[in-house]
Amino acid sequence: MKANADVSFSIAKGSIHGLVGENGAGKSTLMSILYGYYRADGGEILLDGKVQPIRNSQEAINLGIGMVHQHFMLVENFTVLDNIMLGTEGGFRLASHRTEAEAKLREICARYRLDVDPLAKIEDLSVGAQQRVEILKQIYRSANILILDEPTAVLTAQETASLFEILRLFKEQGKTIILITHKLQEILEITDNVTVMRGGTVVGAVATAGTSKEELANMMVGRPIQSHLPRGPYNPGATVLEVDGLQLADEQQVKLLADIGFNLRAGEIVAIAGVSGNGQSELLEILSGMRLPTSGKLRFLDKDLPFAKRHDADGLPLAFRELGIAHIPEDRLRDGVVKNFSVMQNTILGYQDRLKNRWGLFNFKAIGARCAELLKTFDVRPANPDLRIGLLSGGNQQKVVIAREVLAKPKLMLVGQPTRGVDIGTIESIHTQLLALRDAGVAILLVSVELEEVRALADRILVMCGGRITGELKIEEFDTTRIGLLMGGMHKS
Amino acid sequence: MNNDLPRWATAFVMPMLNLLSALLVAALVIYMLGEDPAESLSILVHSAILNPEGLSYTLFYASTFIFTGLSVSVAMQAGLFNIGSEGQMYIGGLGITCAMLAFDQSLSAWALIPVAMISAAVFGALWGFLPGYLQAKRGSHIVVTTIMFNFIAASLMNFVIVKYLIPPGEQNTASRVFAESGEMPRLSTWFPSLGDTPLNISFILAIAALVIYGVMVWRSSWGFKLRATGLNKHAAHYAGVSISKMIIIVMLISGALAGLGAVNSIMGSTHYLSLNFVGGAGFIGIAIALMGRQHPVGIFLSAVLFGALIQGGFDLSLEKPNIPTETFIFIQGLIILFCGAMENFYAPAISALLKRTKG
Repeated sequence: MKANADVSFSIAKGSIHGLVGENGAGKSTLMSILYGYYRADGGEILLDGKVQPIRNSQEAINLGIGMVHQHFMLVENFTVLDNIMLGTEGGFRLASHRTEAEAKLREICARYRLDVDPLAKIEDLSVGAQQRVEILKQIYRSANILILDEPTAVLTAQETASLFEILRLFKEQGKTIILITHKLQEILEITDNVTVMRGGTVVGAVATAGTSKEELANMMVGRPIQSHLPRGPYNPGATVLEVDGLQLADEQQVKLLADIGFNLRAGEIVAIAGVSGNGQSELLEILSGMRLPTSGKLRFLDKDLPFAKRHDADGLPLAFRELGIAHIPEDRLRDGVVKNFSVMQNTILGYQDRLKNRWGLFNFKAIGARCAELLKTFDVRPANPDLRIGLLSGGNQQKVVIAREVLAKPKLMLVGQPTRGVDIGTIESIHTQLLALRDAGVAILLVSVELEEVRALADRILVMCGGRITGELKIEEFDTTRIGLLMGGMHKS
Repeated sequence: MNNDLPRWATAFVMPMLNLLSALLVAALVIYMLGEDPAESLSILVHSAILNPEGLSYTLFYASTFIFTGLSVSVAMQAGLFNIGSEGQMYIGGLGITCAMLAFDQSLSAWALIPVAMISAAVFGALWGFLPGYLQAKRGSHIVVTTIMFNFIAASLMNFVIVKYLIPPGEQNTASRVFAESGEMPRLSTWFPSLGDTPLNISFILAIAALVIYGVMVWRSSWGFKLRATGLNKHAAHYAGVSISKMIIIVMLISGALAGLGAVNSIMGSTHYLSLNFVGGAGFIGIAIALMGRQHPVGIFLSAVLFGALIQGGFDLSLEKPNIPTETFIFIQGLIILFCGAMENFYAPAISALLKRTKG
């Protein structure tokens, strides 16, 4: 299979170049060739007009190419300085080199206005700060061409804004930046030129100033994208979930959730907006039975959720699932799938006890048929039940998870970051699925850090900050500024 | 890397290459000892496989190894590295002894044998339960606790045998000989061509255990939860598996299987409990589980291989005075090195070869 075929494009020095395309369009393969991980079967790379055969990443580094990966390559319990020195220790006597390195690092930080403490430990830093460390590492190794792979996937809006400021500064200093992303808003905001890839080939190269979001989206997907998905009228039914006075404190008695209270009715989507790490994840974990609350009243279909008489949440998710609560977890690879299981095995994860016969054994024929149908209905590609799910793209893994949970016909669907790391075409299909579920009378609680997604799906919006609900809005009242303020905990309405 | 390879390569070609490498090094050492490796190999194969009586001994040793191999494998499915099969089998032997001392005068064979077997399984399971409980509820690492429990078992058995089990007036550190009704029926009763060997129905039971293990792990809902726990604890918790319960149950099963390994050794052969009767069978179980990749067929083949090495190695040292009996331990070490520690040694080469042939 060809991951890249006849790809040609050029990037001007001192510019920010966007590279967009759906998952599997060949962006990452292309960049891996540039960075020397893979070798191209044909073609050449010219740098400043000279042909450069890049055989490995060391050669790429020597040529001044730096790469910031989507998943950070940092040693968690090392300091920033140690991480940056790693691989460039410069001899046996570490101490003298360290002083030198620290001075150089502080100088770089000052020059590029990167706010990072060289002596802080990585594990104590926020995700945004960790990313700055990755960038620092490249600058420290005197990179002139910086490749950023989906840099904003894990960042909040504020962190993204500050990243872009840094990138603009780099540009002013004459550095070249390649930004790989599938967020078109960002492309329009910061890049000078855009190259669009689909199916391993370049399908378009345009100046950012002369294009639009719609044009880029159409080029990426190869067909027009609907900006507004059809949805039925807002007609909520009986109350499905009541949460009152919910509290959660961790072992150090730090309050993670405080006084959470809300209702959720059948046939509505309530979205929880907020910067990630403000208690949304914990709320989903409690509602799905994966974690015990410290206190609070939780009623599902007019019955208390069965937390009582438990010391830990071990085995509790099964009981919740039996009640009719399905859960699409935020962290797909950690909780949602077993990477080394086949697609078929993953389609029964959590529902394994419903499919056994009276001897406790599986009927693989029936499970296989169920899986094949599921893959067809939800358009999972490739539709091979025996493939390890780890080999599927993120979007297709997510489709499998959603298919599995939808098939269980739940009364309450808990959805965490359903489209994280998923491409535009798949986002559309996932959103359509969730809206269909709402129209069928399922109560849906959506946690998302993407305001675009909240806007596209929600009937009501709750905003969380610091473990509290800081405000509630109807979808008609959607206002980015107001939500932004609530997300920052600015005022309570 | 490994995952890119087709199944036949990881399941068959790679273990074979690993095994051949180990044998090649062993051949080199035999050559350096001044013996002919080819001749030695032919003696080994002849005495362990081709000769019916030798084969029968090989399968007798293999019966114990299948149980200890299963014991380690089932724990591995849950992501637990149970080093403690050695101690669990030892304590299983105590279980047999207790049952025998209590009942071998009163019960007939058809009642005594099952009672002794259950007792072996229960004692082994209890010895597996404690590390399992500590792992599940207290987070004590299973590798550390099971190693400790091997030492505790050895000391405990030392004490029990010396203090209570040696019959008055005897010097031998062993219990009294059990009644004949407690002997496992020998297969030579039905197949006289096997010769007068201790191969007994434990072998049939071991095969049955392999089948049950295969069905439970790959075809049942319980096995699904077991493997999910081993591969991704978070996802297993999400799927509603009670992780702590799973760890305790699987350690009970693992301990029971190791305990059952003692049935073949004691009730099939010696008919009394002696000091250190396990003799490393539990540790060989680790090698078997690794080499057999926790698959029933793999466990069977590896167990037979190790059985053959013991049987053949013994005869080899008799015929070739230059080759000491310890050679077996040496070859065993080589096999563990190549099949365990260097399991994926040939994976890059095979993967490159496949890529080239496919163009």
